[in-house]
Amino acid sequence: MLQTVSEPRTIGAAQLAAYRFMLRARLLDDKFAALYRAGKIHGGVFLGRGQEALSAAIGVSLKKTDVFAPLIRDAAGRLAFGETILDAVRTYLGSALGPMRGRDGNVHRGRPQDGCLPMISHLGAMISVVNGVLFARRMKGVTGLVGAACLGEGATSTGSFHEALNQAAVEKLPLVLVVANNQYAYSTPNDRQFACADLADKAVGYGVEAHSVVGNDLAACLDVVSHAVARARAGHGPQLIVANLLRLCGHGEHDDAGYIVPELKNSPLGRDCLKLAEEFLLQEKIADRAQLAVWRSEAIREIEDAVAQVQREPLPDPFAENWTALSTENLAEGRE
Amino acid sequence: MSITYLEAIREAQARALREDPRVFIYGQDVGAFGGAFKATKNLQKEFPGRVLDAPISEDAIVGLAVGAAIEGLRPIIEMQFADFSTVGFNQIVNQAATLFWRTQVVCPITVRLPFGGTSGSGPFHSQCIEAIYAHYPGVIVVTPATVEDAYSMLLAAVATNDPVIFCEHKFLYYHLKAEKLPSEALPIGKARIAREGRDLTIVTYSAMVHEALAAATELATEGWEIEVVDLRSVKPLDTDTIIASVARTGRLLCVGEAWPWGGVTAEVIARVTAEGYGLLDAPPQRLNAKDTPVPYHPNLWAAHRPTSRSVAAAARNLLRT
Repeated sequence: MLQTVSEPRTIGAAQLAAYRFMLRARLLDDKFAALYRAGKIHGGVFLGRGQEALSAAIGVSLKKTDVFAPLIRDAAGRLAFGETILDAVRTYLGSALGPMRGRDGNVHRGRPQDGCLPMISHLGAMISVVNGVLFARRMKGVTGLVGAACLGEGATSTGSFHEALNQAAVEKLPLVLVVANNQYAYSTPNDRQFACADLADKAVGYGVEAHSVVGNDLAACLDVVSHAVARARAGHGPQLIVANLLRLCGHGEHDDAGYIVPELKNSPLGRDCLKLAEEFLLQEKIADRAQLAVWRSEAIREIEDAVAQVQREPLPDPFAENWTALSTENLAEGRE
Repeated sequence: MSITYLEAIREAQARALREDPRVFIYGQDVGAFGGAFKATKNLQKEFPGRVLDAPISEDAIVGLAVGAAIEGLRPIIEMQFADFSTVGFNQIVNQAATLFWRTQVVCPITVRLPFGGTSGSGPFHSQCIEAIYAHYPGVIVVTPATVEDAYSMLLAAVATNDPVIFCEHKFLYYHLKAEKLPSEALPIGKARIAREGRDLTIVTYSAMVHEALAAATELATEGWEIEVVDLRSVKPLDTDTIIASVARTGRLLCVGEAWPWGGVTAEVIARVTAEGYGLLDAPPQRLNAKDTPVPYHPNLWAAHRPTSRSVAAAARNLLRT
């Protein structure tokens, strides 16, 4: 196993940029939670609270020409990779103008043609799809790109995870597999999920490189993720990153997370990555409180504007809907 | 010169690889070994880098194909046996089959399923699972019964912008022969009248077409004229051709090698009953495999699946109704 030690913190643009994606993601999530409580959102709402440092670090470490398969707690990574707030709001509110046009909702959004893959709900299933994109681009002679797939620790128990990581290793694909070990898969604690001492230990069994990181430490996440991405890009094959952190919310907004034990909440893992990042920026005098307040209010305005715009947009119309699941329409059943 | 059903599948893949640089083949043992049934024999040598062995990971095999399709390639996946495709079922029905509808990005993958019973193959190398795929929206399911259709429908599958489940019957691989490969073909979605008749319609597909044709030959000696409809594709299902045939004969027998609960035969009868009730002179009937796993021993297997003899018996009963 390759151990990556965080280098001394460098005060840089990357942290500041990542922090601003974290902040926008947190505020966007807060808005979705508020809309959910107000009954304005159909279906579930899934937040990334406590996981923004890791997620943002992934997004900022990728290039726009890379491939990204975010999971349910990756608003920050999505924004950093290039997803717009408008895409997120349109999907959550079911706008006919959004990328999913009301056919799919909430976190199931993406633009595959732009390298952002829309997740299906079956955990681990997106990894081999990322493999396929990487495999195809290699076949087409495109080099120097990376594909990142996000998971929780629960997904490491699936057959899909095993099959896809092994496949990536066999094909030596530039896959970066990021496991956010947030201690609970919905309500199931880690001692009912896996029995190995450290999920990063799994890497040796696949013949891939592993990296561990404290997931609420933005600087550490940036160091480790950017290093792993660089390793994959340089041709060193799949990289497994395991980030230890704590989900600071329920599985979804329907869940009060009463099962999360106080010992974990009060442990270092329970510290909020966004607050830690802000403290760091203040301490290092990268930004002052006034500047943080400006960024926050700018983000809130951007989000409120997007919500206001989307709330005026057309909803999907069942009478205008093309009820055809095939692109080859003449082969579709049930056409009237 | 003659060409077998299996050779036609190989030739179709060779042609697809030759004519379209976006095509590649991925599956277990398909590379230098040429596949468990030799359907990809010599293709790796002819098309280096485009015919690749996969690990025993049906889920990841299909997932990779979907990713490659997103990138504009046209993967052909060989499942070693249709039975094993259940391990990749999720990626087929939830990933591949929903992609276009969710995102408007097409998913042109062809999944080849060597399926159906052969003597001695037993419960896990014999299954007919076309209906479970056909149940899901977003996939096309084809079941060629002839050498010509094996060739032309595989080429059509690869050219289609949607996921196609290509059910190739292992029982037909070696003994079904044609003089030459076809230069033209019916499109996917059109059924074929395999034999004309006026007394009873047998609707069937894949290997059962040949059992039905043999039964029709036998019944002809008794003075009955049996019409045999080869569905060719089970999804989409060519209801028009079926109804037109029933309009001519007034009697319908559906034959499928798959298990009886639900499935293609039930779907055909439901449609004819709903849309052509007045055309029927007798209650429509169907004949399927028995509702048990597929048995290993030839004595049991021959009684488990419909055969020309049991098809003829079922037809006689229906003709007397």
